[in-house]
Amino acid sequence: MKTTPDNSGDVRLSGISKTYGSFTAVHPLDLTVPEGSFFALLGASGCGKTTTLRMIAGLEEPTTGTVRLGEQDVTHLPPYKRPVNTVFQSYALFPHLDIFENVAFGLRRRGIKSVKKQVEDMLELVQLGEQARKKPHQLSGGQQQRVAVARALINHPKVLLLDEPLGALDLKLRRQMQLELKRIQTEVGITFVHVTHDQEEAMTMADTVAVMNGGRVEQLGSPADLYENPRSTFVANFLGTSNLIEAEVDTKNGDDIVLKAGGGKLVLPEARCSAPTTAGGKVLVGIRPEKISLTHADDAGEIPDGRNRLTGTIADASFIGVSTQYVIDSPVCDELAVYVQNVERDGRLVPGADVVLHWSPAHTFGLDAAQSLLAGTVGSAGTEEEAAA
Amino acid sequence: MSTLTEAPPPLAPAAPEKKPPRRRGRFTPYWLLLPGILWLIVFFALPMLYQASTSVQQGSLEDGYKVTWHFATYWDALSAYWPQFLRSVFYAAAATVLCLLLGYPLAYLIAFRAGRWKNLIMILVIAPFFTSFLIRTLAWKTILADNGVVVHTLNSLHVLDLTNWLGWTAGDRVLATPLAVVCGLTYNFLPFMILPLYTSLERIDGRLHEAAGDLYAKPWTTFRKVTFPLSMPGVVSGTLLTFIPAAGDYVNAELLGSTDTRMIGNVIQTQFLRILDYPTAAALSFILMAAILAMVTFYIRRSGTEDLV
Repeated sequence: MKTTPDNSGDVRLSGISKTYGSFTAVHPLDLTVPEGSFFALLGASGCGKTTTLRMIAGLEEPTTGTVRLGEQDVTHLPPYKRPVNTVFQSYALFPHLDIFENVAFGLRRRGIKSVKKQVEDMLELVQLGEQARKKPHQLSGGQQQRVAVARALINHPKVLLLDEPLGALDLKLRRQMQLELKRIQTEVGITFVHVTHDQEEAMTMADTVAVMNGGRVEQLGSPADLYENPRSTFVANFLGTSNLIEAEVDTKNGDDIVLKAGGGKLVLPEARCSAPTTAGGKVLVGIRPEKISLTHADDAGEIPDGRNRLTGTIADASFIGVSTQYVIDSPVCDELAVYVQNVERDGRLVPGADVVLHWSPAHTFGLDAAQSLLAGTVGSAGTEEEAAA
Repeated sequence: MSTLTEAPPPLAPAAPEKKPPRRRGRFTPYWLLLPGILWLIVFFALPMLYQASTSVQQGSLEDGYKVTWHFATYWDALSAYWPQFLRSVFYAAAATVLCLLLGYPLAYLIAFRAGRWKNLIMILVIAPFFTSFLIRTLAWKTILADNGVVVHTLNSLHVLDLTNWLGWTAGDRVLATPLAVVCGLTYNFLPFMILPLYTSLERIDGRLHEAAGDLYAKPWTTFRKVTFPLSMPGVVSGTLLTFIPAAGDYVNAELLGSTDTRMIGNVIQTQFLRILDYPTAAALSFILMAAILAMVTFYIRRSGTEDLV
């Protein structure tokens, strides 16, 4: 079923934007989604991700810019002329038609007479062969979701657009459907563009993730790249948790930058710093909580050289099974998060104990200090938890 | 360590058995139903029974009427007035079709396109109800008057030639013709068509239109395959709300029609109030009721919307 890579399934957005009156939903945006990839647009509600998707589908007319599928300019084509299909949020199945007719809808509109075999095969693919003659309201949420996918996929679109397709499902079913969708995508090899506010969902499923914020793409890359090397505080905080420490540039040492933070020195590879680094300038040093090791202050001598170090006091420790999550009060930052795998637990690491935090400089990333430290955190505008609530 | 094998004794001797509190409110639903049921009995069931018995009575005003189970009245009434029955059904059907053709686009407009004008248009649809039914029908007498603008315009456009040929109008007039009666019926019952249509159109999820477009349906196909089928409950209740009262109406035929356009409602009215032949009038009423009931049942079955209504 794989199509030959002639790039006809590429989605190319150039300079595309959308304004409603004085409100700009999407700022001019350039984006290329290569054929056959699973692409996620990730962001909080109101960040412009759904508007972007709807412009690809033809349900919104862009204010500026063009939408191209492969070489074909589809900017001004109505939805029914675009080789694109959408899985709508809350599915939008036709309530008066049974499952079979819902899935056959697109084929029949294109004048295809013998739809039986194709529909049955498609229902088999999404494991709903038995339900063909039921009405949508007789199915569970997860089954309806699969009908919506089947109804779109049966048309062999160049691109399948998914608008928060798993939003209405409970957590367990959502995890199951994520794997299912990923399996289907691998099987049919169609370009998927997936809109979601769930960072875990985006990271599990997509090859490439574009993090959107305020109508702009903040950063685009593979899930691992975004997680390991965020280039803005929004991305650092929206994807997982980050410790951000204000530091001052001291010297450069080969490929590394040496920074001063609270009397100590931290080393940051220059390649992992997205901020300008002039001596004396401010930089935000970021480190993920699970990359940090914790050693009791008495054993500080055993820490190998060449690691970044900070001292602090344990303010809080919560045991959560696989790991223990510590909150460390340190001179450079009040609340440093540290996740330690429960392999060998040190009995002395209890609240009040003095500790040394240390990590490999290669895990450090540097961000521009001019941005808000809290962008993309829980409680700031539209984070995952807030949108899900 | 001893294991507890016996339940501990009750802490205090059992209090003297209290009567369970009287469950108040057990009969509340029935009390609430009572006014409605009484109303129905007094103003619907009893008159129906009375009329049923009237329809099988014989006698005269002077000698009084007696129940003689004379069912032949039904047969006599039907054979004497079947043309009026047929005419009623035909006029009501024509008015219903016209209402649907006029009302559907308007209901569609209000539901999907009117935006902030929605409430204003709704008020305009309902506004005629603020005036009496009779006044509105009399107004149509003026509108369709022989030397009025409408007749002149229709005449100069040669529309009347066409309607004359079809037998809907006669000569140079519209008043006192079938066309006038059907126009009056259409006008008077149009809101009963628009309101249910609007209600069911308005309930349709806008994303279904988007989904249909996304699945290669052109706008017209979207209407045929998605919007119209989903508005069937409105179509069915709208046509019923129009057809049923229109079939029994006599005001429009009385004011806008002539002796050639008498509907069954006019016959019943005359029998009751002028000729004072109560049995025939009652029998005609029951025949009309049975006929409408049969047609409506057949219609609902045919339209297959039992589970949609």
